[in-house]
Order: sequence, then C-alpha cells, then structure tokens
Amino acid sequence: MQTPDPKQYEALSIEASAVRRQHGVWQRVRRNWSVRIAGAMLTVLVAVALAAPWLGTVDPTLFDPGSRDLVPGKTGEITTLNGETITHTFRMGSDSLGRDIYSRVIYGTRVSLIVGVLCALLALALGIVCGLASGYLRWLDGILMRCMDGLMAIPAILIAIALVAMWRGSLATVIVAIAIPEIPRVTRLVRSLVLSIREEPYVEAAISLGTPTWKILFGHILPNCIAPLVVQGTFICAFSILVEAILSFLGVGLPPDIPTWGNVMAEGRQQFNDYPHNIFFPGVFLAITVLAVNILGDGLRDTLDPKMAKRV
Amino acid sequence: MVAFLARRLLATIPVLLIVALLVFLMLRLTPGDPAAILAGDAANTEQIARIRASLGLDQPIVVQFGIWIGNMLRGDLGESFYYKTKVATLIGQRLEPTLALATLTITIAILVAVPLGAIAAWRFGGWFDRSLMAFSVLGFSVPVFVLAYLLIWFVSLKLGLLPVQGYQRLADGFWPFLRHLVLPAITLSVIYIALIARITRASVLEALGEDYIRTARAKGLPEARVLVRHALANAAVPIATVIGIGIGLLIGGVVVTESVYAIPGLGRLTVDAVLARDFPTIQGVILFFSVVYVLINLLVDMSYVFLDPRIRY
Amino acid sequence: MSVLEVRELSIALPPGSDRREAASRVSFSVERGEIVCLVGESGSGKSVIAQGVMGLLPKGLPVTGGTILLEGEGITHASQSRLRELRCTRMSMVFQEPMTALNPVMGCGDQLDEVLREHTRLSPAERRRKILDIVREVRLPDPERMVGSYPHQLSGGQRQRIMIAMALVLEPALLIADEPTTALDVTTQAQILKLIQDLQARHGTGVLFITHDFGVVAEIAHRVAVLRLGELVEFGAKDKVLKQPRHDYTRMLIGSVPTLKPHARPAEAGAPVVLATRGLSKTYRDRSWFAKRREVPAAVDVTLEVRKGQTLGIVGESGSGKSTVARCIVRLIDPSGGEVLLGGEDIATMPAGRLRPLRRRMQIVFQDPYRSLNPRRTVLEAIIEGPLNYGVARAAAVERARKLMELVRMDPESLGRYPHQFSGGQRQRICIARALAMEPELLIADEAVSALDVSVQAQVLALLEEIRERLHLAMLFITHDLRVAAQVCDHVAVMSQGRVVEYGPAAQVFGAPRHAYTRTLLEAAPGRDFAFGAS
Repeated sequence: MQTPDPKQYEALSIEASAVRRQHGVWQRVRRNWSVRIAGAMLTVLVAVALAAPWLGTVDPTLFDPGSRDLVPGKTGEITTLNGETITHTFRMGSDSLGRDIYSRVIYGTRVSLIVGVLCALLALALGIVCGLASGYLRWLDGILMRCMDGLMAIPAILIAIALVAMWRGSLATVIVAIAIPEIPRVTRLVRSLVLSIREEPYVEAAISLGTPTWKILFGHILPNCIAPLVVQGTFICAFSILVEAILSFLGVGLPPDIPTWGNVMAEGRQQFNDYPHNIFFPGVFLAITVLAVNILGDGLRDTLDPKMAKRV
Repeated sequence: MVAFLARRLLATIPVLLIVALLVFLMLRLTPGDPAAILAGDAANTEQIARIRASLGLDQPIVVQFGIWIGNMLRGDLGESFYYKTKVATLIGQRLEPTLALATLTITIAILVAVPLGAIAAWRFGGWFDRSLMAFSVLGFSVPVFVLAYLLIWFVSLKLGLLPVQGYQRLADGFWPFLRHLVLPAITLSVIYIALIARITRASVLEALGEDYIRTARAKGLPEARVLVRHALANAAVPIATVIGIGIGLLIGGVVVTESVYAIPGLGRLTVDAVLARDFPTIQGVILFFSVVYVLINLLVDMSYVFLDPRIRY
Repeated sequence: MSVLEVRELSIALPPGSDRREAASRVSFSVERGEIVCLVGESGSGKSVIAQGVMGLLPKGLPVTGGTILLEGEGITHASQSRLRELRCTRMSMVFQEPMTALNPVMGCGDQLDEVLREHTRLSPAERRRKILDIVREVRLPDPERMVGSYPHQLSGGQRQRIMIAMALVLEPALLIADEPTTALDVTTQAQILKLIQDLQARHGTGVLFITHDFGVVAEIAHRVAVLRLGELVEFGAKDKVLKQPRHDYTRMLIGSVPTLKPHARPAEAGAPVVLATRGLSKTYRDRSWFAKRREVPAAVDVTLEVRKGQTLGIVGESGSGKSTVARCIVRLIDPSGGEVLLGGEDIATMPAGRLRPLRRRMQIVFQDPYRSLNPRRTVLEAIIEGPLNYGVARAAAVERARKLMELVRMDPESLGRYPHQFSGGQRQRICIARALAMEPELLIADEAVSALDVSVQAQVLALLEEIRERLHLAMLFITHDLRVAAQVCDHVAVMSQGRVVEYGPAAQVFGAPRHAYTRTLLEAAPGRDFAFGAS
C-alpha cells in the first residue's frame, strides 16, 4: 500500500484546525473575582497594619483608670509613657482597664497577619520536606505516615493549647505550636502529589532521558506541586489566624500585654452584657480578615487547581 | 469482609500508640522541672524530691512511658494536681454535657448540610449554590466564639428566647436540658455544616459528571432518583470521610463553646486544666479526645463496607 | 416510516469554541432492521448528534435547527417528561466506556430492574423473569450470579453486555451505540459486534452505530454516514461509500486505514542485533501489610530480538504483557528474571550508575500525547533535556532541536510554545523528536499511535517509517491494532497472558499463523475481509 504523503493530507486533516489558544495561568488568576475582592481586602488590611501608628492610634498598652468602660465615640483621657495626659477620642470605646480598643484592634492586625503568614510558611516548609521524603523514599514512607496519622489524630486546637501551655506564650512559641498540627496535612498533600506525578509519562520520559533524580524532583515534580500548595497555604493562614485568636481568647495564647484580637475579646468577656463593643469590634476585624484569606484561597483553588475541591 | 474489618482494627493500634507517645512526650517537653512547678516557689529540695518520686519522674523515660501505658490500659489516668481527684473520675463527671452537645450538633449538622450540599450541586451555578458557598465561607471565617456572642446578644439578651448560659442535666428534665443546649449546638454546628455542605456539594458535583449519571438519564429515570440513588449514593464515601475528620474541628469548637456558654463539660475542663498547669488532667483529656477521634474514624472506615461494595477486600 | 429520521439538524457550540456549530444541517435516516454507521474523527460531532437524538444534550449545546423524528414523532422540542417516557422504551443508548457507565454502588440486577420499574407495571416476579431472560439473551454465563453481582466484579465485555441488556430489555425501535467497542479488546469487540448484529436481526431494531473505526464499519454497517467538522459529507450504502467514495475527505480517511496484509518490504538478513531479550520475566508481588500475598506474572520467559534498520512488533490485547516488556527493556521497571542485551551487554540488573550512559541508546515514545510532556515546560526545554543531561552544550542542543523539528515536519519557530498549544498528533511528533535528540539506536513506540485519529495516525506512522529508513534505526513497535502492525512491522511477536505465543516474519504471522491465539486475533479483526487501501 502506498503510504499517504503527509503534506498532502495536512490540509484535510482535522488536527490542523484544532489548536486552541489558552490564557496563561496567572492571567486567569488575576481575572478571578474572588481573588480580586479578597486581594483588595487584604491589601487594605496590610496597609492598616503597616500604617498603624499614623491612624489616630495611641500606644496600645497605655491605659487610664479614669477612662474605663467608655462607650464607643466618647472622649476621655489617657496617660502616655512620659506621664503626660492627653485627650483622646475612644472610637471603639475602652476596656475595663481604660485602654483604647481602637488602638489595640489596629495594632492587633499586625499580630494576626504575622501569625497567619509565618504559620503557613513554616507548616508548608516542613510539610514539603516530609512529603517529598515520604513520596520518594519508600522505606521512610511507612513510619513517617504513621507518625503523621498519629499527629492528625489529636485535634489541632488541643495540640496548640497543650504546646503553648508547656512553652509559655510568646510569639515564636505560638507560631510553632499552631504550625505543628498543620504539618501532617501538607505532608499528605505533597506525598500524594509526588506519588501521582511520578506515574506521569513525562516523568518516565525524563528518567529514560537520563535525568538524575534530584533534577526530576526539582524540575518536574515540585513545579507541578506549587499550585495546590499555594492554595493549601492560604487555608492554613486563615486557620492559624483563627486558632491564635481562640488561644488568646481562652487565655492560653499570647501574653495579655501584646495586643491581639483574641486578647481584647478575652478582656471583654466579663462585661459582655453591658459593653458588647469589647467583643464585637475585634470580632468583626477577625471575621473580615479570615474571610478575606478564605475567599482568596477559594479563588486560587478554582483557578489553579480545581481538583482540590474534594480533598479535605 | 471480616478480614477487612479486622485489618482496619489492627491498623489503628499503631496510630493509638503513636498518639499515646506524642501526648506523653508533649508534657515532658516542659522547660523546667514539673515537680518544682507543682511544689511551688516556697518548696525546698526535699519536698520537690518527694513529689518527683511520687510522680515517678525519677525513673528513666522509657520506664515512665511503660508505667504510664500500663496505667492507661487499666483505666487509671493519674490524679489531678489541681482537683485532687482521679482524672478518670473527672472525665466521667464532665462527660455528659459534652456528649450531649456533640451529639446534638452532629445530628443538626448532618441533617442540614447533606441535603443543602446535594441540592447546591444539582442546581450548580444557580442562586442557591452561590448562597450556600457564600454561607459556607462565612461559616469557616467567623470564629466560633464571635458567633456565640452574636447569638447570645441577639437571641438571649435582646429577644430573651433562650437562656444565656449554663447547662441542665438530662435527669432534671428534658425540656430545660434542650433549651440550654440549643444555642450552643447551633453555634457549634455552623462550622461543621459549612464543612459538610461544601464536601457534599463537591462530591455530588463530581458524581454528577460521571458516565453512569448519563446512563441513568438515558434510561429515562426521574431526576430525583438520579440525584439520590445514583449521585448521592456514590458521594457517600467522601461525605462519611469528612464527617469523621470534621470531628476534630468539632472537638476544638467544643472547647471554645463550653467556655463561652459556661457548660461544665470536658472542654471547660481542658481550659481550666491548662490555666492551672494541671499536667495529668491535660494529658488525660487530650488522650481521651484523641482516642475517641480515632475510634470514630475507625467506625467511619468500617461504614465504607456498607456504602461502597468495591471496598471489601 | 423510518425508525429515526434526522433532517437538517443543527446544534450550536458555546461561544469561544473552535467553530460555531457542533453539527450543521445534518440529515440521515435509520430504517427498521438496518445498521447505520455514523463515522468521523474526534471532534466531528457524532457523539453530539447521538446525544441530541436522546435529548441528553447539556444546556450549553442547544438544538438550533432541524427536526428529529422518532417513528414519525417529532422529538426535537419534546418535553423532558415525554423524552423520559421514550427512553429505553422506544429508543436506547449504549455508551463507550463500560468501566464507568454503570453505577458502581448498585447491583447489576438492580440497575436492570430500575428500567422495568420505571417504565412498566410488572410484578417483582415478572420483572425478575424478564431480567434473567435478557441476561441470557446477551449471552452472559450464569445469569443468576450476574444479576446479583456488582459492576466491578465483571470484565469490560461483561459490563457492556449488561449495558446492552438494559438498553434492549424493553425492545425499543432504535438503539444508539456510541463507540461501544472502542474500549474493548479486539476479541471481545468481535463478540459484542456479533451480539449486536444478532439481537438487531432478531428484534428488528434500527441501530445507529457511532464509530471512528472503518474496520467496524466494513464489518457491520448497512449504510454509512461520514461526518467532518459537524457536516455530513457522505451518506449511502456501505459498499458504495467504502469502495467508491465521492468526497475527498472520505477517500482520504479510507486511504488512511491500514490493510491487514503485511507490507512486502524485504527484510535485510544480516543486520546486526541491536537489542535482544532472553527469558525476560516480570512478576508483581502484592506487598501490602495484612493482605494475602498475590503474585501476578506480567511477563514470562520472553525472548526476542530487534535488528538494525528493522521493526519488531509486539502485538497483544490488554494484559498481555507487551507494555511490561517494553518498560523492562528501557529499565523503567526492573525485570524479575532473564536478560536484556543491549548491543551484547546485559542491562537487566545493571545498577543505575552504570546504566545511565547506556540509556541514551534506547528511547521510548508513550501512548498518551497529553501526558507525555511536562505542561510547565516549553517544547524546546523538553527536547533538549536529554542532550543536556549528557553534556551537550546548550547551543548545540538547541540547534539539534531545530533540525529535529524539521525532521518531524513541524515548524522550528514553534519551539518556544507550551504543550497545550499543540494538538495530539503534533505532541506525538514532539515526543518523537525528543526521543531522537538522544540519537538512539533503538526506538520503542509503546502504543504511540493508539490515541490518535486515523488520519493523524497515518501521518505519524509514515513519519516513523521515514525516520527508520533515514536514520537506520531499530524499532520496537507495541500495539494492539493488527492493522497497524501489519503495515509497519517486519517481524511480529504475538503475546498473550505474558508469554510470546508466536514469533516470526510479518508475512508468515499474518499470512499463515501457527498458534490458535494468533488465528483468533486475526479472525476477530473487524472488516478483515474488506480490502482497504485498494482504491
């Protein structure tokens, strides 16, 4: 049989007409509405955190017995570190010690964002290492996954509470304590990604092309893990901010002099019936921040890695 | 099938061992000497040594672990520094409120979330779906205690419908028991509903995209049957999985909810123990919660056998 | 009155697609007792038309014109409830993937029962009788056990029979079969085709059979409709369309179908052996902690050799072990026993370090063009990865890549693009270029053309031929498609259940097969009596 001349049939073949143009991945991300809205909200929050000293605040540790339990909007006096007394409008009211809630809430933004980001980064870093090791070294896999299962079996908040109780609350210990329970989930994710990508024909092709293992790991496997990890990272960030607030609220988190939203709310528990503003203002900020991060995560997931929707 | 169940049971033993090890180690990682902390600042070396011996802290660590495990298996979780009673007794006393709260929460959550998620998937992209997703994100984002205070302020203080705080035992009457639990259960269930609804929606959506749905429609079956008997039935395994895993979130939420609503349950016990640095109690409660979590997930694993005939090896 | 009459049917595509319509003014008909084959390549719109008839189109694909008449009743704009009444009672559909077309958590008997419960008022006993009858009629062994089992307990062929049973239990006038045998082995396919023909003859059903395989068309069709990009280009009796096609496209398609007669190229007798295997075997051991140990012999005692400038084909059905052998040869998996001699050196158990320099001498092209290239790397990166690994300077590697792109008839300027910007056939060419960049002595094609449309397949096969001749390569060609093997291979090894059952020159294996299995395979090839390529 005559083999058909390829060039002659190129014109008739359907293949030639089927090439589609696709938008680049990052363009899609930027056009996604969830990412835009969340991005805007977070930009505002970061701006607030950075500009805290210039937003009409005072040092959040300052207090004045004469200005206790003021209703939002009232003006009162506050004693600065130098001993002078200045007049100040307590936009969000004051707590039972006479501290300005507005200042504490604004400065609290810093703590929450720092905790969120650092916890996420720490959990991701350790989780990636464990996950890569587990996925590539079969002998390590069994033991490591059992340990991760054990760690996951203890509810995250309990681990965080116990660890902070042991190590005494400070920013570093809180961050580590919150990041630790998140490591197993990242490990599992990376491990399953490694195992599935290893099966892909293009990885097999790389092996037969003589590519050494480390190049395969960093050149083929990791880049395809980035998208799900970014999504997972945002969710860890949101969770960390929440857990930090819960810990502080229960009194087992950061020390009371560091202004965090949880601490402010913890103080306000006693007076809730009469002065709910102690709880609501920081609560609203907390909810908005976590909401923004979650929406960002959703948007990123929808554009970068839709398959993740069903992974818990 | 029995072999499968037996294997799942055996597989939990290493996990439980590791949990025990982690809990044990967690509290040995304290900087400083637990005996000295317990004895207080005014104690002398003799008193500290006596306390150390009574706690068994002078033995090598492996021996300590062995003794501890042995005690655990006999039901002896040690004695609380703070309350001066056996930890096991403490847990027994505080168990009922937590159990009641958890059961009510789980029931509400499953009954509400699964149908909502299924319908959202069925009407994918419509207003119901978008509202549910928005609610779900909110549910994840508003912290449990903020929501609790919101509800308390609105329902109890402003509307006076339900009591603000406290707990009534079941033995003292069903109606007051329920009234005190409604608000806490609703508060706690929000995050659980958000999680389950999301996963239900995603799983049903995935099932609806499968070929057998097309076959079912090609057979002329009504949509309701296609949705329930074909889509939801295949989504059952991921949904059951997330119900099991969500218990972890639930336990965390219980700790906070009991704190806000002043319910004398295990969650409150945990917080109080941590504030008092009562190590045996902290250990005991965390161990208890973890074992329960593992066992519930084991039950979920075993339920797969009934949900998916392929899982029977 | 025709069973099915389609007049000027047009179905639109969502905005942003390749073209405006999935189907453009398509007209054909199916009479009682006849099989009409709807043929076309991927993207021709054949599945869309089938689903349109059943009313199963998603919202994004509306019917924008024309009419569909089922036994004289217009159903183009029928209500959903009327369509539901008609489905399975007057028209049924069988789909392509038997593995996924059945609900995995519901018993086969229950799924059959559903049809009866929905559309009839029979009592449970009567339903059960009817179910057992139809299960027997589709030639499933042990009907009682079949009815009680779950889909995952059945083989692909058995599941497809259950699908056919569900479709025909209420004796509809029209059966639409959307590529029902494409995912099955060639022997199973032959059985299912025969089953459909018999059932159709017995019940007088009109069958609309959708396929891309002209062999199947030659085997079972009465009339043929050819689709191209949503347009019907030809419709007529089988013999006329296949032997005297009027349209260029039809002619091209038929011309691309390889014949079963092996090519008559003389094989060089004294060519050196590039690769040989002796007693190669691979056994998989199930190593889970608590499960029973299971041993699965994937390849047993395989002995073959490939000579320079010649092509050895390994032919077999799924599970025969042919891919396992290929992977053992390239050391993507480690053989359990035997030798793999590359130019005389045994590489079967060679440690990775010593193996690396030898890897460049044998390269492999895989089956799935959509997963064979890293989506995050440009095509240039993909092609030069190999040479860079072996110390070739980047500039030289890029130059080599450009020359190779020309060799595989692609534009060297497109080297900067990403894989998703190419079609399946083009990606496969890129994979060939990537393999050739290593300047191997042996090229292995592991079902490299199986995922391609028939016209593209012809082009890629021609390309492989050309390359083999110019570069004097040894080629190992793995396939399940007998026609492809006949066209391309000099020698053929037939594998079944891990063993080589027949091995010899192509002319002898195809012309005078010695082993019973080879004979079965050849007899099962659809349309084998039809002289393709004889235009």
